Amino acid sequence: MIEIRWHGRGGQGVVTSSILLSQAAIYEGKYAIHIPEFGPERRGAPVRSYTRIDDEEIEIRYGVLNPDIVVVIDPTLITYKELILEGVDEETRFIFNIHDSNVPGDYRGRHVFMVDAYRIALDTLGRPIYNTAMLGALIGATNIVKLDSAIEVMRNRFSGEVLERNIQALKRGYSEVISLG
Amino acid sequence: MSITVRQIRTGLNGDEAVAYAVKHANVDVISAYPITPQTIIVERLSEFVYNGELDAEFIPVESEHSALSAALGASLAGARVFTATASQGLALMYEILYITSSLRAPVVMALGNRAFSAPINIHCSHDDAYAARDAGWIQFFAETVQEAYDLTLIAYRVSEDRDVLLPSIINLDGFILTHSVEPLNIFADSEEVSRFLPERKPVNPIDPDNPITYGPLALPDYYMEIKRQQAEAIYSSKPIINRVFEEYKEFSGRRYSPLKTLYIDDAETIFVLLGSTAGTIRHMVRKWRRENKRVGVVSLTLYRPFPEEELIEAIKDAKNIVVMDRSFSYGSPGGQLFMDVSSTLLKYGLSPRILNVIYGLGGRDFTPDLAEKALHLVVETDEKIVWLGVRG
Repeated sequence: MIEIRWHGRGGQGVVTSSILLSQAAIYEGKYAIHIPEFGPERRGAPVRSYTRIDDEEIEIRYGVLNPDIVVVIDPTLITYKELILEGVDEETRFIFNIHDSNVPGDYRGRHVFMVDAYRIALDTLGRPIYNTAMLGALIGATNIVKLDSAIEVMRNRFSGEVLERNIQALKRGYSEVISLG
Repeated sequence: MSITVRQIRTGLNGDEAVAYAVKHANVDVISAYPITPQTIIVERLSEFVYNGELDAEFIPVESEHSALSAALGASLAGARVFTATASQGLALMYEILYITSSLRAPVVMALGNRAFSAPINIHCSHDDAYAARDAGWIQFFAETVQEAYDLTLIAYRVSEDRDVLLPSIINLDGFILTHSVEPLNIFADSEEVSRFLPERKPVNPIDPDNPITYGPLALPDYYMEIKRQQAEAIYSSKPIINRVFEEYKEFSGRRYSPLKTLYIDDAETIFVLLGSTAGTIRHMVRKWRRENKRVGVVSLTLYRPFPEEELIEAIKDAKNIVVMDRSFSYGSPGGQLFMDVSSTLLKYGLSPRILNVIYGLGGRDFTPDLAEKALHLVVETDEKIVWLGVRG
């Protein structure tokens, strides 16, 4: 089982990212669950959501405690290292949204990937909504699902120009994500 | 019937799954007032009606009291009806809950289980389910999104059976099921589903040409006989529920029973609970078995009528019982399920060690360390009621 923890702020799309990922995995015939964080729903407040993916049925329902992958979709949250490093180990992979700054030294020696999802979101959507760019980056970094599966499930959620722009954001996240080792 | 029915594997949250079940049940009337965490159910249904995918009357009412009143009226007129609510909404329906069951109206309601105020909380407790437990409704608890879908269809068959004619509640844990996306199989359309759930054939519907009276006055000379009949009616629904479970298995390939058990045969300790936490407990039971700890689990899919015989059969040989309540009955001997299980044990002459665990109120996460703690407490201490995961 692969366990993913998403960090972001209310309104940026952590829930949508996690839902799309779980649906893409389900589309591929896998078992997956998206779990929203059982916390406040406020725009701007730090929020999390969780995705689990497995080849077998998933029975557990608590939040992800020891993530294999941590995705931080909000650029300002990576400095909250107690939040981001909670329950991780040396194998955990991190996908960060980095714009106009460097990855803080706290993450030295860890498996870190980064992408400028802020730039991608502004270029494609015109607004700082990072969900599809960061989903693309996650897929590019880990191949956890196929890019086409994500596009397929996005067709059920978006339509018209919004769909096209989100597919662009997804593809750019996928191809622009880089590994920092 | 055989398993030739067309099903689609998809990923939905619990609310969407219920909305699809209601659409596939081809309901005539939906009457509801939005409240988190069930809102997505009625949002989807209003879209289905607006898009013409579902030929039903959608009645947007001004309160939950009216939502259930309208559903009751439509049900008595012969319609297949649906409503949904949660928490405070259920509380506002309270008066009509009893009237609906007493008038034998087969209303089906989804309850996105949510804590009662105060303090205001939108997350899961079973306060609302327990608040309805004495009201004469059949109650099912879903553990998964698949079960929320299936039990909604099953509920219509049970409720509308002419030997039952009682309303049903399908409980699904707020957020944990209502908002979690999981894979499930749904039927292709309502035409497929009509082979399991044909059009409702109402008994004594309201008809202007043949007037009848529902809800007359009954004073001491008759009231008690009517209530006795109602008590018999819900007890008598058990064999019919079992028959419908069996028919649904033939139809869908998915098996339901009043309760689910794992590793109970030689278990020294058995956990008993309702709702979505059962999967976490089963996961822990498998782990404990690998450590040679004789632990089992029973989760109730059917809560009312209470499946006494099945429960006793499952737990009669256990030394220790952990009863988990996601609510509390203030000033009572313990939580609500604890009282159900304890009195059932006593009724059958059994007196194992029982620990009542209060957990997960207002959506607090139930994690493996809490399950470990419960197992430790029931075996190693003589505590009677413990609030797990609470500070102070």
